[in-house]
Amino acid sequence: MTMLNERQQLSYIAAQAADARLNVELETDGMTLNIGPQHPATHGTLRIIARLDGEQVVWAEPVPGYMHRGYEKLTEVRTFPQVTTLINRIDWLGSFANEVPFILAAEQLMEIEAPPRAQYIRTILFELSRIANIGLFLGDLGVQMGAVTPAFFGFRDREYVLNLIEGATGGRFHPNFDRIGGLKDDLPKGWINETKQVMKRLRGFCDEIEDLLFGNEIFQSRTRGIGVIPAEVAKSYGLSGANLRASGVDWDLRRDQVLPMAWDKADFKVWTHPDGDSWARCWVRLQETREATKIVDQLIDDLPAGPIMAKVPRIIKVPEGEAWVSTENPLGEMGYYVISKGDLGPFRVKIRSASFNNISITPWVLKGVYVPDIITILASLYFILGDIDR
Amino acid sequence: MAPLSDTTDATTDASADDAPAALPGDGLREGIVDALRAELGDQLLDTHLVPQTDLWVRVTAEVWQQTGAVLKSQGFDYFCFLSAIDWMPSPYGDGEDDPSAADEDDEPAEMTSGYTGGDTRFQVFARLTDLRRHVGVTIKVDVPESMTLDTWLPTFAGANWHERETHEMFGITFEGHPDMRNLYLPGEFEGYPLRKDFPLLARMIKPWPGIVDVEPMPADDTDDDAEGGDGS
Repeated sequence: MTMLNERQQLSYIAAQAADARLNVELETDGMTLNIGPQHPATHGTLRIIARLDGEQVVWAEPVPGYMHRGYEKLTEVRTFPQVTTLINRIDWLGSFANEVPFILAAEQLMEIEAPPRAQYIRTILFELSRIANIGLFLGDLGVQMGAVTPAFFGFRDREYVLNLIEGATGGRFHPNFDRIGGLKDDLPKGWINETKQVMKRLRGFCDEIEDLLFGNEIFQSRTRGIGVIPAEVAKSYGLSGANLRASGVDWDLRRDQVLPMAWDKADFKVWTHPDGDSWARCWVRLQETREATKIVDQLIDDLPAGPIMAKVPRIIKVPEGEAWVSTENPLGEMGYYVISKGDLGPFRVKIRSASFNNISITPWVLKGVYVPDIITILASLYFILGDIDR
Repeated sequence: MAPLSDTTDATTDASADDAPAALPGDGLREGIVDALRAELGDQLLDTHLVPQTDLWVRVTAEVWQQTGAVLKSQGFDYFCFLSAIDWMPSPYGDGEDDPSAADEDDEPAEMTSGYTGGDTRFQVFARLTDLRRHVGVTIKVDVPESMTLDTWLPTFAGANWHERETHEMFGITFEGHPDMRNLYLPGEFEGYPLRKDFPLLARMIKPWPGIVDVEPMPADDTDDDAEGGDGS
C-alpha cells in the first residue's frame, strides 16, 4: 500500500503556513462568502459558507439538506420490491448501481441467489452505469476550469451508454430493472454487438479526455498539489471510491469482498495514485472508466446461458434478520443496512451513500485553500446531491 | 490481475499470493471477537456471527467511545457509517395497512431487538471496516434513558455528520460533539422524524395506492395474494 509520502505532506503544510503568515502581515478583513444553494459549480443545491481572509479560506462549511427527501423513512412504508423505485433516485447518474446492493441485501436475508446469467447482466449494467456516471464527470471537469469543449464530448458519448441502458431496461435514468432473485428481462437482440462498439468508442473518449484535459497545463496547475488528503484522514472520514484510492489506499469492493456478482470473473486493475490531490482523484476516475469498459467487454464474451430469475414467491416476504451489503458504486461505497421483521416491507433501512462521507471532509480540506480552488476541489471530490441528501 | 508467480505447487490459486490478505472467514471473525473481549472484558455484551457473511457485537454505553478506539487500534480504521434504530413497532402499522383500520387488532406488537439483542428502545449502531484484512464489523450499543452517548469524534472525524444526523432524526445526543446543530432539517423543526411514533403525514391522509393495484393473476396458483405488494 502506498501512501502520500511524508515530504509531500510537510511541504504542503509548510506552504500553507507561509501563506498564513503573509496574511497576518497584511491584516486583511475577513468576509463571508456564500456559494449556492443555486450555483452552477455545485451540481445541485449544495450551499457552502466560506469565511475568507483575502483570497484564502479560513473556514468553510457545506450546508446540505436542500434536497432531503427522507428515503429512510419512506422505505419503512414500502414493500421490498417497491423500494428500488425510491433508491434509484439517490445517485441519479448511476441509478442501476443503487439498486444492486439493496437487492443483494434482501437476497442475503432470503438466502437466495440470482442465477449466473442474471449476475453477469447485473454486473454489466452496473459497470455501464459507472461509465455513464463518470463519463459525465470527466466531461464536466473541464467546465469547472473554463474549458467548455470536453463537456460536449462527455454528454455526446454518455448518450451512447444511456441508449444501451435504455435498450436493456427501458429507462434512461431510472431503470428499476433489478428484482429480488434476478432481473426483469433478458437482454434484447443485437444489444451485445452494439455494446461492444460503444465500449470501443468510450475508450476513444477516455483517450480524448486524457489528451484534452489531463495533458493540459492549465488543468494541471489548477489541480496538482491542490486539496491534498492523506490516507489516514481519508479513512477516518470514510472517504470511498476514487477519492480513497487517489490517496494511495488500495481498496475496491468489487475485488475485496465476496458477492454474488460477476466481478471476480473479469480481469481488471484497481488503480491507485499516491498523491491524494485533485489531479489524482480525477486521474483515478479516468482509469476506472477505462477498466469498466474492459470489464463489460470480458463479461459480454463469457455471458452464460440460462434463466435470469431464480424461483421466488410472487408475494415476497423477507425473513427476520439484518443484513449489510455494500458495493463499489461510481461515487464510492454505497451500502444498505436492512432490518426485516418478516413483513412485506423492511423495518428499517439505513442508507450509507458515498457522497455523504465524501463531502463531509470539505471543512477539513478547504481550510487554507484559495477561492478558485474551492470549485476544483469540490469537482474532484465528485458528489451527486441526491447522494448526499438522500 | 495477479502475476503468475511460480510458488509452491500448482494447486494453490496464483491470485491468492498477490492479494493483500486472505478473504474473510469465520476464523478471522472469531479472532476479532477474542481480541475485542481481551480489551473490553464484560463490557462486551453479546456477539452474533452469520457464517461466511458478517459479524455483530454489542457493547455497554460506558465503553462506547472506547470500543471505537480499540477497534481502530486493531486495524479497523475505515469509518463506514453511524446511525440508530428505533425498535418500537410502528403504531401506524406498516405500509400495506390502511391507516384508518390500523387499530383493528388490539394486541400491540411486541418490541423485539435484532441480532445481539438489546434492552432499550433505541440502539445506536456503527460500522467499521478493516481495509487490510478485508473484514467489517457492526457495533451496537443500547441508548440509556438519558438519550446521551459519548461521541466518536476523537477517533473518527467522519462521525461528525453521522452523529448530527442521528441527533436530529432520533433525538440522541452525543456527549462531547461540539456542534449538534441540525444537518438536514430546518433549525426550528419539532420532533424526530425517524422515530417510529413520528407519523408520515402523507401516508396518514391517503392510503398507499399500491394497495389498490394488486390484481389476481389469471393463471396464478398461489392463494395468498390477498394482500398488497406486487412480487414480480
